[in-house]
Amino acid sequence: MAERADVVFVDGVRTPFGRAGEKGQYWNTRADDLIVKAMIGLLERNPNLPPERVDDVAIAATTQTGDQGLTLGRTAAILAGLPLSVPGFAIDRMCAGAMTSVATIGSMIGFGQYDVGIAGGVEHMGRHPMGAGADPNPRFLAEKLVDPEALNMGNTAERLHDRFPSLTKERADRFGMRSQQKVAAAYAAGKIQPDLIPVAIKSASGWGLATEDEGMRPETTMEGLATLKTPFRPHGRVTAGNASPLTDGATVSLLASADAAKDLGLTTKMRMVSFAFAGVEPEVMGIGPIPSTEKALRKAGLTIDDIGLFELNEAFAVQVLSLLDHFGIDDDDPRVNPWGGATAIGHPLAASGVRLMIQLARQFEEHPEVRYGLTAMCVGLGQGGSIIWENPHFSAKKGGKR
Amino acid sequence: MTDFSKLVGLDPDEVITHSYVRDVRMPSGKTIALITLDNDRDHTRPSTLGPATLLELSGVLNELKARAASAEIDGVAVTGKPFIFAAGADLSKVEDIPDRETGVLMAKLGHETLGKLSELGVPSFVFYNGLALGGGVEIGLNADYRTIDSSVPAFALPEVFLGIIPGWGGAWLLPNLIGIENALEVIISNPLKNNRMLKGPEVFELGIADAMFGPANFLEDSLKWADSVLTGKTKVKRKNEPGKIERAVKWDVAIGIADKMLASRIGRVAKSPYRALELLKAAKNTDKKTGFAAEDEALADLISGDQFRASIYAFNLVQKRAKKPAGAPDKALARPVTKVGVIGAGLMATQFALLFVRRLQVPVVITDLDQERVDKGVATIHGEIDELLQKGRIGSDEANRLKALITGTTDKADFADCDWVIEAVFEELGVKQQVFADVEKHISPEAILATNTSSLSVEQIGAKLKHPERVVGFHFFNPVAVMPLIEVVKTPKTTDEALSTAMVTAAKLRKNAVITADTPGFVVNRILAKLLGEAMHAVEVGTPFDTVVEAVKPFGLPMDPFVLLELVGLKVGAHVLDTHHAAFPERFFESPALHELAEFGHLFEKDAKGKPKGIDPKVLKIVEKHRIAGSTPYTADELRTRVEDGLADEIHRMLDDHVVGAPEDIDLCLILGAGWPFQMGGATPYLDRSGASERVFGSTFHTPRIVGVA
Repeated sequence: MAERADVVFVDGVRTPFGRAGEKGQYWNTRADDLIVKAMIGLLERNPNLPPERVDDVAIAATTQTGDQGLTLGRTAAILAGLPLSVPGFAIDRMCAGAMTSVATIGSMIGFGQYDVGIAGGVEHMGRHPMGAGADPNPRFLAEKLVDPEALNMGNTAERLHDRFPSLTKERADRFGMRSQQKVAAAYAAGKIQPDLIPVAIKSASGWGLATEDEGMRPETTMEGLATLKTPFRPHGRVTAGNASPLTDGATVSLLASADAAKDLGLTTKMRMVSFAFAGVEPEVMGIGPIPSTEKALRKAGLTIDDIGLFELNEAFAVQVLSLLDHFGIDDDDPRVNPWGGATAIGHPLAASGVRLMIQLARQFEEHPEVRYGLTAMCVGLGQGGSIIWENPHFSAKKGGKR
Repeated sequence: MTDFSKLVGLDPDEVITHSYVRDVRMPSGKTIALITLDNDRDHTRPSTLGPATLLELSGVLNELKARAASAEIDGVAVTGKPFIFAAGADLSKVEDIPDRETGVLMAKLGHETLGKLSELGVPSFVFYNGLALGGGVEIGLNADYRTIDSSVPAFALPEVFLGIIPGWGGAWLLPNLIGIENALEVIISNPLKNNRMLKGPEVFELGIADAMFGPANFLEDSLKWADSVLTGKTKVKRKNEPGKIERAVKWDVAIGIADKMLASRIGRVAKSPYRALELLKAAKNTDKKTGFAAEDEALADLISGDQFRASIYAFNLVQKRAKKPAGAPDKALARPVTKVGVIGAGLMATQFALLFVRRLQVPVVITDLDQERVDKGVATIHGEIDELLQKGRIGSDEANRLKALITGTTDKADFADCDWVIEAVFEELGVKQQVFADVEKHISPEAILATNTSSLSVEQIGAKLKHPERVVGFHFFNPVAVMPLIEVVKTPKTTDEALSTAMVTAAKLRKNAVITADTPGFVVNRILAKLLGEAMHAVEVGTPFDTVVEAVKPFGLPMDPFVLLELVGLKVGAHVLDTHHAAFPERFFESPALHELAEFGHLFEKDAKGKPKGIDPKVLKIVEKHRIAGSTPYTADELRTRVEDGLADEIHRMLDDHVVGAPEDIDLCLILGAGWPFQMGGATPYLDRSGASERVFGSTFHTPRIVGVA
C-alpha cells in the first residue's frame, strides 16, 4: 500500500513573459517550445533529479490546439528530452491551468502514487487568443445560463465595479500603478531574474534573447492612467492600466513527496498545505478566489489571519481588491503581492498559477517569520483557485506567529 | 582595401544573405552583438555567400569593430537561420567568372571579410546551428570560438570534391586548429569519399567546435557559454591543437602518407587534392598571412581551370538532372507496386529481393527451378537482414517485418498478384523469353515485367509475350546495394505507364534512373566495351600493358582497364566485348586473347596479402599467342588518341541514335554507373577539351565547351 505523503514544491522557473501579438517577442516562437525550454531549464537547475524518476508531467493550456495541442504534457516531455518512460498529460482550467496542474500532481504525490512530478502551463495568447476556435453551446444563450457578457473577461471586471460601488476606478488604478512600481523595484533588486529561463527569439532582424518580461511600464502615473480608454464600456472603469495585458509565456514547477525530495537531495521551497477550487457566477468571475480561499483555509484549519504572504493573480485590479475587501485587508497591505503582479508582468492564462508560486517561494526564503502563504487566482467562466503553502524556512524565533 | 565592385557586378540577382545584428544583454552584464545570417528564405534555400553578402558582412563587422573600440559590446557572435548556418559560395554563379583575376578577387574578398572576425578587438564566436558547408564552415574557422548544435546533419569542406580548395582560410586554419591528420580527413579524405559530411558530434570530437549543445536550447546555451568565456569563467582548451612535436615530427609524415594514399586511390590527374595537400603541408610553419595568400593563388588557379568547370557540371548532373530524369513520363501514370516477384534465387536475384523488400516494404516472392535453390535464396536474404540488424541499421521489429515479407516458391502461380516481376536468370535470350512467358500465364495483363539484362535486346526478350508493352529493361550495376544507377530501358512498345512505374520504382529504391533506348550495351556497358575493347586490342597488337595503362592515365579514371576487367570478371568482360562486336563489328573489337585469359583465370600476379604486383608473366604469354599477325604496337600517345576519338565517335553516334537525349545523360550514367570522375565531367567535357570531338565530328558536345578561363 502506498502511503500518504507530504507534498513539497521543489523548484519553479518560467520564461520571461512576452506581449501577445505581432510586436511581441514571442510572435515567431512556438508555444510548445516555450514550455519545453522552461522544462529543460528546470531540469538543468535540479541536476540531482534523475529524469527517469519523474512520475508524470502535467502541462496546462487554455486553447489546446495547434502548437498547444496534442497532449502537451506528453509532447513537451519528449521534446524536453525526458525518457520515453515518463508519461504526461494536458490540463485545462482556463486561467488556473498551471495551478490545477500543481494541485493534480500534488494530489497524486499526496495520495502516495507518485514521488516526483512536473507541473506547469503555457499560453501563447498571440497565437491563441482567448476563446479562439471555441464553439459555445447555444443553450448558454437560449436558456440564459450565462450572460453573453460573461464570455468577455473585461466585462466581468466592469460588473464587479457595478456590484461593489466602493471598488472605484481610482482604487483600481492606484493598485495597478503600485503593481508596476513594485515589479520595477523587484527587478532592480534582482528578485525576479533568477527564476527566468532566457529564450532565443527570432525576428525579422535576426535572433535575439528574451531575458525580461516585456510588458512592464514602470513609468506609470495616476495622471497617465486616468487618460486611458475604457475598452469594455463607454465611461467604464476597466483600462489597460488596471488589468493584466495579453501575454505569452510558460511556467513549470517540480513537485515531490517530502521523502523523495530528501532522498534525492532536492530543495524544499514550500510545502503544500491545502488547495481548493470553487465556482461563482460567470458574470462576476473575478470574485472566484474568495470562496476557493475560504474553502482552502477551512481544509487547512487556518484563518485568513494565519496568512503572512499573498500572491494574488492580478487579472484585474478590481477583482484582487474585491478579495482584499472581503477579507478586510488594505489595498496597500505589504503582505500582498510584494513584488507586484500580473498588471505589470502579464497573465498568460494557463501559465500564471506557477508564477505566483515561484514568487511566493522566493519570498518565503526572505521571510522566515512567515509560516503560511496563499496563491490564488480568478478563472474565466466563474471560478476561483487557491493553494495554501507552508514556509519550510519558518522559524518561530524570528517573530513568527505560529 | 581591394575594389570588389567587379565581383558584385557578376551577379546582379544574388540572393543576398543578410547580416542582421541584435544586441544581447547577458545576465553577467556583458553585451554580445549577435549576427544572424539569413537570406530571408526558408530552409529549402540555404543561405549562400555571394559577393554582395560578403560585402554586407564586411561592413557590419567594421561597425562592430568600432562599437567594440568604444566599449559598447563585449563580444560578437554569428549564427544562422533555423536549420541552416550557411552554405558556401553560390555555385550556380561560378560559370560567370570571366578570368583568373576574378578568381583571385573571390578568394581575397572571402579572406578579407572573414578575417575581420579575428580582428574585432573583442572575442568572436560562431554558433553553428545547422548545415554548414565550405565558406560557411570557414566563417567559424576565422572566429575565435565555435559551438555546434548536436543535431547538425551536414558539416563539410566539400571544396576538393568540386575541384577547388577551402580558400577562405580553411586550408590554413583547420590544420592549425585540429592537427594535420584530422585536417587531412576533413579537407581531403572525406570529400573524396563521395563527399562524406560530418555530423554535429563529430565536429565537436574533432575539436573544430569548442562546445556542443542540444538543439532544444542551442542558441540560449551557446550565448550562455560565450558569456562564460567573456567573463573568464570558462577557459577553452583544445586537445587537438597541434603542438611543437606534431609540427616537428608528425606533420610531414602525415602529408607524405596522404600523398601516397591519394596517388594509389585516384592517380595524379585530379588537381585539387594535391593543391590542398600543398597548402596543408605549408600550414605547418607559415604565418596566417602567408597561408591565406597561398590559398588565394591556389583557389584562383583551380577556379579558373578546366577541372573545376567540369566538376561543377558533373555536380549539377548528380544533384539536379539525376533527380529530374530526362524523358520521364508523368509520375501519376505509375502503377502502385504492392507485391514483387523475382525470378531466380541466385546471387543477383537475392540482392534484388533484399533491395526491393527494404525499400518498398511489400511482399517479395522469389522463385527458381527447384525448392533447394529457393530455400537457399530465402536463407541468404534472411542472413542479410540479420546482418543489417546486427549492424544496427534496422531494429528487430523491422527485421521481423522484412523477413516475413520474403517468401520463396517453385510455383509461378504464386506470382499471380505481383505488380512487378523482375528476372535475374542466365543471360540468354531463349531462357529469358521462356521465364517471362511462364510468368505471364499467371499475372495480370498490366503487371510490369522488368529484365536486368545487360546485353540482350529488351524488345526481343518480350517478343513472345501477349503483352510485350509492359516490358522494361531495369539494368542494375554491381554491387546492387551500393551503385546508385539504374538504366531503365524503353523498347518501342513500352507504354508510358510501364516506363513511369519503372522510374517511380527506381526512385523508391533510392536509385538514380536514366532512360535509354533498347540498343546494345545501353550506355555504360557500350562505353566500357569501347574502352576495354581498345585496351585488349592494343595488347593484342603488341602494345605493352604498361603502355596501355599509361595511355589512359590522363583521364584520371578510378581504375585502369585491366584492373576493371579483373573486377567485373574476365568471362563477363569477354562476353560484353563479344556482344558489342556482334552488334557493331566495324567499331568494337572482340578479344580472342581475353577468352583464353578468362579460362586461365586472372591477369594480375598477387602478393601474399592479395595485392596485385603486376601482370602475371603467363598472361603475357597467352596474349603473345594471340598477337595479330603483322601488327605494330601503339605508342601511348597514339593509343590515347585512338581511345579518345573512339569514345567521342561512339558517344556522338549514341546521341544520333537517340540512345539517350543528351550528352548530359551519357555523363550522368558514366559518373553514377562507372565512377568516372567529376574532373572529366563524366566523358563529354573531357572529350571536348582534349580536342577529340573536333577531330572526330568537327564540332563539340557542349557549346560553349566546358573549360576554364585560364
